[in-house]
Amino acid sequence: MSNSRGRFGIHGGQYITETLMNAVIELEKAYDFYKNDADFNSELTRLFNEYAGRPSRLYYAERMTQDLHGAKIYLKREDLNHTGAHKINNVLGQALLAKKMGKTRLIAETGAGQHGVATATAAALMGMSCVVFMGEEDTKRQALNVYKMRLLGAEVVSVKSGTGTLKDAVSQAMREWTSRISDTHYCLGSVMGPHPFPTIVRDFQAVISREIKSQILEREGKLPDFVIACVGGGSNAIGSFWHFINDASVKLIGCEAAGKGVDTFETAATIATGRLGIFHGMKSYFCQDEYGQIAPVYSISAGLDYPGIGPEHAYLHDTGRAEYVPVTDDEAVQAFEYLSRIEGIIPAIESAHAVFHAMKIAGKLSREKIIVITISGRGDKDCAAIARYRGENISE
Amino acid sequence: MSNICKAFENGKAFIPFITCGYPDLNVTYECVKSMCENGADLIELGIPFSDPVAEGVVIQNANFRALAAGVTTDKIFELVRRLRIDVTIPLVFMTYANVIFSYGSEKFIKICASIGIDGLIIPDLPFEEKGEFLPDCRKYGVDLISMIAPTSEARIAKIAREAEGFLYIVSSLGVTGTRENITTDLSAIMRSVRENSDLPCAIGFGISRPEQARDMSKIADGVIVGSAIIKILEKYGTESAKYVREYVRSMKDAII
Repeated sequence: MSNSRGRFGIHGGQYITETLMNAVIELEKAYDFYKNDADFNSELTRLFNEYAGRPSRLYYAERMTQDLHGAKIYLKREDLNHTGAHKINNVLGQALLAKKMGKTRLIAETGAGQHGVATATAAALMGMSCVVFMGEEDTKRQALNVYKMRLLGAEVVSVKSGTGTLKDAVSQAMREWTSRISDTHYCLGSVMGPHPFPTIVRDFQAVISREIKSQILEREGKLPDFVIACVGGGSNAIGSFWHFINDASVKLIGCEAAGKGVDTFETAATIATGRLGIFHGMKSYFCQDEYGQIAPVYSISAGLDYPGIGPEHAYLHDTGRAEYVPVTDDEAVQAFEYLSRIEGIIPAIESAHAVFHAMKIAGKLSREKIIVITISGRGDKDCAAIARYRGENISE
Repeated sequence: MSNICKAFENGKAFIPFITCGYPDLNVTYECVKSMCENGADLIELGIPFSDPVAEGVVIQNANFRALAAGVTTDKIFELVRRLRIDVTIPLVFMTYANVIFSYGSEKFIKICASIGIDGLIIPDLPFEEKGEFLPDCRKYGVDLISMIAPTSEARIAKIAREAEGFLYIVSSLGVTGTRENITTDLSAIMRSVRENSDLPCAIGFGISRPEQARDMSKIADGVIVGSAIIKILEKYGTESAKYVREYVRSMKDAII
């Protein structure tokens, strides 16, 4: 048993090549310094507020609440952030940190393209160069985001190796970082990878739950009973959970992408179908075969299409502090359409996984209960794919 | 002292790498035999992994194809048992942490010892995470090989002091794959390693030609070659053994 830095129970750690070790050590030192630096924090807050449009609204979904005849539903509107998703929170933090470290180039992986667009945006804002690695499959599913990244000045590398999806994009970004470290920061997009990434990304995303807490206390005078978010690597979920972890009355629920179902091979539900492993720099749960080969996962959502889960989520699962539930493609599409019609809000297909679970439980709860769903991103990027899913042949 | 030091008793060591099961296990068997007969001093047997993050395109593809052809850890254990009937030089496994961990670390390492595997090279297991496998390696007498990279700098001392078997010196930044030139100041790295360890040192990553091997052997105790061999397998498939034999002979001749 290893007891290295960056552990969440047995999970986490730094399982990376020796070539990258000094880079992550340097990053940890820089972060430990700047996280308590007043200038850094005021600069980041200014970027959050003036540039990204924070704080994001906590919206009372009145029609949805009435329709479901149960708990009161609030939506945390991360979809209203600049670039349309929660990803910008982490990216602004890391880009600012990288700049302070003297780095001039950002590299990133992306699945749905949201993190890639956010990274390309931050790079443009801060005058840094940017290369985004994206699985070949995903460049097809999310062609519009590929264009946006290029428009923002980034180079997009289509990753053809392996399954051509998010995990391969992460592997390729790690390989690229290994070959060019001195001027380059790897802007990892989720609460995963080697220490210190899971901690850094969580801290930058924790703004979500900090805001939810003060907004709900102001509106309702009490804490929510449920906080629900979708989980791929788990950055919007950990950001939504973090400031509630010590509030035992608040149930924390992460919604995994079950794809075509947890009893099929076409799934990405890591907690439901995975087991303990070591991959992409961390010990956590992974979808894998009996010999530890990482499984080719599937979800309609390119952003949740990852065979692992962040180590802190694995730990919250072990301790029972958070619950993780699978939501299928069909269910997510149903929720995507439902929220569009009932509230006039088109959620990202990722976030629709969380919306579905709320739809499922809200009616069974009394009207005094409060559910907060994090709408991690907006669904514009998914419209063409969902139309195709429903048999309509439209082009973007 | 482990069996691995024997690899460095016959002049400078030539250490070829091969991805097991690419294109099939019979080819691996034949190639390993002909490597042994033609001057290989130690062989790195790669157990394929679905997501080999330290590998360049050539070895990545060998990993993917071997897995697609159905190779498994258990089948590779069988291969080693067959090889050990007459192969006496040291053999080590090169694979990723999850392949060992998911098999059951102790079970995997115990089998390694019983079939004659002398060491493990795990590119995604840095010094800080050695504790994951080291207790079982010690228990069963399998060396856990440490790697030193161009970026290791101040880390060299602690890595070298606790190393066992041999030290794997990574010649260049980036992933495995042949390179025209190796620009790292390897002499400086070697000096720092030698100040902290008496173990033999072998340089790998990027080496493909006899001249490169000769240059590297002037500063180190051995030379590791992977992608160049996999390229031969890529080109000649099931006919590879005789070409691998010629290549290994030319490389060993260049460094002796």
